Formats: sequence, structure tokens, C-alpha cells
Amino acid sequence: MIAELGHFSLVLALAMAIIQSTFPIMGAAMGNLTYMSLARPAARLQFLFVSISFGILVYSFLINDFSISYVANNSNTLLPWIYRFSAVWGAHEGSLLLWILILSIWTIAVTYFSHRLPEYFLSRVIGVMGLVSIGFLLFMLFTSNPFERIFPIPLDGADLNPLLQDPGLIIHPPILYMGYVGFSVAFGFAIAALLGGNLDTTWARWSRPWTLLAWIFLTIGIALGSWWAYYELGWGGWWFWDPVENASFMPWLIGTALIHSLAATDKREIFKNWTILLAICAFALSLLGTFLVRSGVITSVHAFATDPTRGIFILALLAIFVGGSLVLYAFRAPSTKSGGKFKLLSRETFLLFNSILFLVAMLTVLLGTIYPLIIEALNLGKLSVGAPYFNAVFVPIMAPLIIFLGLGVLTKWKQDDFSLLLKQLRNLLIASLFIGISIGLIFFENNQLKSIAGIVAALWISTTSLYSLFVKIKNKKNKLAAMRIISRSFYGMLVAHIGFAVCIVGITITSQHSVDIHQRMKIGDVIEFSNYQFHLKDLKAVSGPNYEATEAIVDVIKNESLITTLRSQKRTYTVRNMPMTEAGIDAGFTRDIYMALGEPLDNESWSVRLYHKPFVRWIWLGAILMAIGGLLAVLDKRYRLRILKKKIITINNEAIP
Amino acid sequence: MKILYQSIVFALVILTTHKSYPNDEPVYFTDKNQEQRYYLLIEEIRCLVCQNQSLADSNAPLAQDLRNEIFKMIKSEKSNNQITEFLVERYGDFVLYRPPLNDNTWLLWFGPFLFLIIAITTAIIFIKKQSQNNTIDN
Repeated sequence: MIAELGHFSLVLALAMAIIQSTFPIMGAAMGNLTYMSLARPAARLQFLFVSISFGILVYSFLINDFSISYVANNSNTLLPWIYRFSAVWGAHEGSLLLWILILSIWTIAVTYFSHRLPEYFLSRVIGVMGLVSIGFLLFMLFTSNPFERIFPIPLDGADLNPLLQDPGLIIHPPILYMGYVGFSVAFGFAIAALLGGNLDTTWARWSRPWTLLAWIFLTIGIALGSWWAYYELGWGGWWFWDPVENASFMPWLIGTALIHSLAATDKREIFKNWTILLAICAFALSLLGTFLVRSGVITSVHAFATDPTRGIFILALLAIFVGGSLVLYAFRAPSTKSGGKFKLLSRETFLLFNSILFLVAMLTVLLGTIYPLIIEALNLGKLSVGAPYFNAVFVPIMAPLIIFLGLGVLTKWKQDDFSLLLKQLRNLLIASLFIGISIGLIFFENNQLKSIAGIVAALWISTTSLYSLFVKIKNKKNKLAAMRIISRSFYGMLVAHIGFAVCIVGITITSQHSVDIHQRMKIGDVIEFSNYQFHLKDLKAVSGPNYEATEAIVDVIKNESLITTLRSQKRTYTVRNMPMTEAGIDAGFTRDIYMALGEPLDNESWSVRLYHKPFVRWIWLGAILMAIGGLLAVLDKRYRLRILKKKIITINNEAIP
Repeated sequence: MKILYQSIVFALVILTTHKSYPNDEPVYFTDKNQEQRYYLLIEEIRCLVCQNQSLADSNAPLAQDLRNEIFKMIKSEKSNNQITEFLVERYGDFVLYRPPLNDNTWLLWFGPFLFLIIAITTAIIFIKKQSQNNTIDN
């Protein structure tokens, strides 16, 4: 009975979504305040009904209601409660419900934190988000009902995929979805601006904190995914260029272009149309990601062909949203007046290059991701496009981006003098090259050229960014006071760029200088590897709630002192009979030591893999810094002052344009 | 019922294949160069029975088998080209994570640089045009 309530609640949510989109958008067009005033209550009620539905699914998992097919397929009585909870989004139907829940969370956040927006604009934003919601609720109700019953009721469930039974996977999907779906807010703002026909720069200012927030979540979400893959898959890899990863990386690339372009639109009234297109593109890529991951098309085009309903539905949604937006854009965009002019050597130019390089990067990832599908669909054979391809084509695109980043932060708006700029940059460039080359030559024996390139790039980014702070305060008497009045978004930019540099260092060094060995070991064996001694102390049987495991206990010794004791397990999850490796990791600022237990070779010996991964933590540290930078920008006073002024603005908005 | 049946079949397949190839035996090289080639090769060859993993990243019996085969080929002085040719002959281009450049893949390999050239040219034309239209107002 309770499951049917959850289903019914979704139907009610759909009804609310319909009210939320039709009346406010009509009201904004007709100037009807009553219609517009329906936006907030409808959005909040929709959130309520979606939450009830989500809560019921959570409850069904917690009480092991195996009469629900989705629960029976993804849970088990032996599964610890926390994984029964996260199993809610362990497969298709539940993660779709999470998608919709997060969409409605973003929508009500907009209703609560956008008092300063004019009523007609807010109504359109919420209306457009309601349209997205309608699409996904219909998708769910027609193709992917999580509350479907099963008969006969199985005695026990088929268990959650053991890969997903991990703390990282409890938080990774919700955070990632917050980012993905968060771009629907940017999309809502862009479409609202197009609907209003008034493409001035205010919409860009309003949309900036929301877009930044979505980007922050996406950044953290991707980093969490990478970290999870690193410790859970047992191979020490942190990025595979897997289609599922690419699906989240593409919106991130365009999202990054978007936050830069929004800043330019907000500050200099330029790239207005371009920014709108980027906002539409970021959202379209979120939908495309959902399609790629959910349609089964990734494993094979034929898998898609056997059950095309879901895929076709999302593809249709994608076509409607993107097609509709572009038609609207085609009508409205030509009337936009461009703002400030700029010369070739100006910050605007470099911001534009930022946009198009990120766009090219995204198109490259897209090409590599869908190329095998196209080839297969055209019956030209089967093809794999993997890491060697992406690494080969991605780095040459990132190189100019990094050079332009350094130039961009120091170039003035409108126009700059080349000789003056050169004078500033010459010393920074020489310093970066000198330090980078020295570090490369002193610390690394092999792959020196690539290591030096990466370190010089990171130094170039950080020195130019820090120098831009110095430029701001060098002529001030009281430097500390001068630093205090610099805006938070400037510091945000600084921190995020340095985060990018940290990330580059991590990626470069760990890719070029990680070493690993694969060894046969029995109790008592000592292996010398990478200046450490690994002493296998014990191998013992361990039982978990739903798995059996063998645990290896290894002392890591350097210069005769114990560094750490690593524990790595080889588990077999009993229900699905699936082997899993739990890596033993000693994390460090400059290196990780990583051990993965392989397989038994005979009665005594096991195969063991040991990895030494220098600077691998810097990859995620860089991502955290980027997110902190984004957060600083969100907290900029520019946005807060406007909240204080909200009353005046709302009064002014009584007269609708 | 179907699920139960499927999981039994799945379990049997796993158990039987698992039993017949308990072969994660480490390989040892005396030649440093051969060792490097081995590790690079298994990174770039796809494990055909896995979702999306290289030979280096998989414990599937087939991956272990192929790793050993590649080990033997390297030991018997086969070149990288000979090894990949052998694998492609047996499994098709699908086995290579680095797709070969041919009629079907030129767009894949040159596409990104095509995008780059088009994008940068368009951007420069746009900038020139808009800065010529009006003078810079300060």
C-alpha cells in the first residue's frame, strides 16, 4: 500500500509541475500577477510530493520490502542499513528519482533565495524548471517506476552491486547530481532572459552565484568519483576516460567556460549571446550525460536497440529542450546589442579564448565518447577509444589554455599595451621556466620533459595569478588595508587558479612517476620496492556482514623504522559471488603507498600489487581548492548587498514592464 | 525466478572459470626495456569481457590469460607491432584502446585539431570585426 502512495505522490508532483510551469510563464507574458504568484507555492508543493515519494522509497529499502521489484533487485537483508539507504540511488529508477528530488531542491532554493528578482523574471525561471521537471516525471512514470511490484515476492533481494557498497558511493552520486542538475538553474535563467526578450546583463549577474554553486558541486562530485575509483577499484587509477566519467566531465568543461563568460557579461556587457548559448549547452550536456549513462548505449548500440524506450524518451526530451531553446534563441538573439568594444590584446580576448578552448575540449571528449557508437551504428565495426587517445589529443588543447590563463589575468580590459605586458610577464616566465627546469632535472631521472612541462605550466599559472594580486596593491601605502578591500570574487579566482595549478602538478607527477610491481608473496616475505621494505606479516580470513575475505597485513619499513601497517582485503560478496579488492593505502602529501591483494597462487602464496604514487593527493587537493575558490566568489559582497536592497526592488517591481 | 536462474548460471560461470584459471602469477623480466614494453602494452589493450578495463586493470580470467600471452610474446622477441597485429587479427580493432589511424578513424584523430582551428579563426575574425566597427570608448 505504501509503495502505491509513493507512486501516487509522483503523479501529484507531476500535477504540481504542470501548474508550476504553465501559469507562471503565461502570467509573465500577460502581466497577470495572480498567475505568477502560483510559481512559488506550486514549486514548494512539488518538492513536498517528490520528497514523500523519495522518503517512501528509502523506507521501503530500510524495511526490506522485497515486494517492490527495484528493492528486491538492489538490496538484501544482510546489507548494512547505510548501504540499504544509499542503494536507493544504486540503479536506474532510484537515481532518476534522486535526479528529480535534486531538481526540486534547486527549484525551492530559487524560490527562497531570489527575493531580489523581479516577479516576472522569477516566475519564468521557476516555470522553465517546472518544464524540465515535467519531462523527467513523465519519463519516470512511463518508463521507470521505482515502485513497481513483483510477484511472487522473493525471499531475499539480489543485493546491491558490491562496487557500490562503499562510503564514497553514499555521497558521490548526490553531490554529482547537485552539480549536474544545478545547471538547470542557469538554463532557467537563460531561457527566462530569452523569453523576456530583454537581454541586458542583469540576468547574468543574477545567475552567477547559482551557476557557481552548481559548478562547485560538480567539481567536488567529479573529484569524489575519481577518489572513489582510486581506492575502490584496486588498480590505483584515478581517471579512466570511461564514458560515464566523460558524461560528467563534459558539463564541467562547459560549466567552467560558462562561469568565466558570465563574469565577462556581468562586468563588461559582452558575449551576451554566447553566454546564453553556453548555459543552454551546459544543461544539454547534463541531459546527454543522463542519456549516455541510462540508455545502455554505452555498453553497446545493440543493448540500446533491445530496449530503446528509455533511451528514445531521453533523446526526445533532449531534442525538445535543446531544439526549443535554440529556436527561441534564434528569434531573440539578433536583437541583442553588444556592449563594450575591445581590441585583440585585452582581457576580453583571453576570456573568449577560455570559452572556445573549453568548448573545443568538450567537443573532443564528446567525439571520443560517441565515436565508437557512431562507427558501430554505421556497421563499420567495433572500435575502442580509450585513455591513450584522450591523453594524446587533450593535452595539446590544454596547453594554449594554460598559456592564455597567465596572459589573461594580467591583461587589462578593453585594450593593453603589448610591450608593457611583456615587461611584466618576462620575469614571471623566466622564473617559471628556471624553477620548473631545475625541479625537473634535480628530482626526476626519467620522463623529464613531460614533468618539466607540467611543473612550468603550474608555476606559470600560480605566479601570474599571484602577480595580479601584487599589481592591485603595489601602489597602495597600506598594503594590508588594500588587500582587505579587494573583492572576494578576486580571491576566489586566485584560489581556483592555484587549485588548477595544484591539480596539474598532481596529474603530471603521478602519471609520469608512479611505479608498481606485481609480486608473489607468502607470510614472512619481505620485498624491496621504491626505497621501502614491505613485510607480509599475516594473511587471515575475515568475515563481513555480507562477504568473506582474506586480509593481508603488511608492515612498511623505511630505514629500519616502521612507516605504517597496510591492510588489504580480497573479498567475495556472497550473494552475487563477486570478488572485490579493498586496497591498503597510506596517504601522504607527497606520495601514496598503495597495496592491493591479488589472488591465491597456491596454498601459501598470494599475488600482491604494490604501487608508489607520488603527488596523487594533489589532484583532489586541487579540485578542493577550485571549489573553495568558487565558494569565495559566491560569497562576494556584490550579491549580498543586493539582498539587503531587496525590499526596495520588490516595491519597484509592482509595476511590471 | 528469472533472476534466481540468472544468478545461478552467473555463479556457475564465475566458479568454473575461476577454478580453471587461478593464474594471477606475477611475471618477471630480466630486461628493463622488455618490462617497460609489457606494462605499456597491457595498459593499452582492452579486456574484452570487462565493462571498460584494460588488461592491466582486470583480474578477469581472459585478461590474465592475455597478459601471459603478451608476456610470452615479448620474451620470444616479438615487436610491439607484431603483438598488436596478432591481437587485432584475433579480436579486431576493438581490443586496442589507441585506435589505429585509418579511413574510419581519421575524423576521430584530426577532429579535435579541426575544431581548434575553426574555433580560433572564428574568434579572431569576431574580435577584429567588433573592434573595427567602433572606436574604443574609455
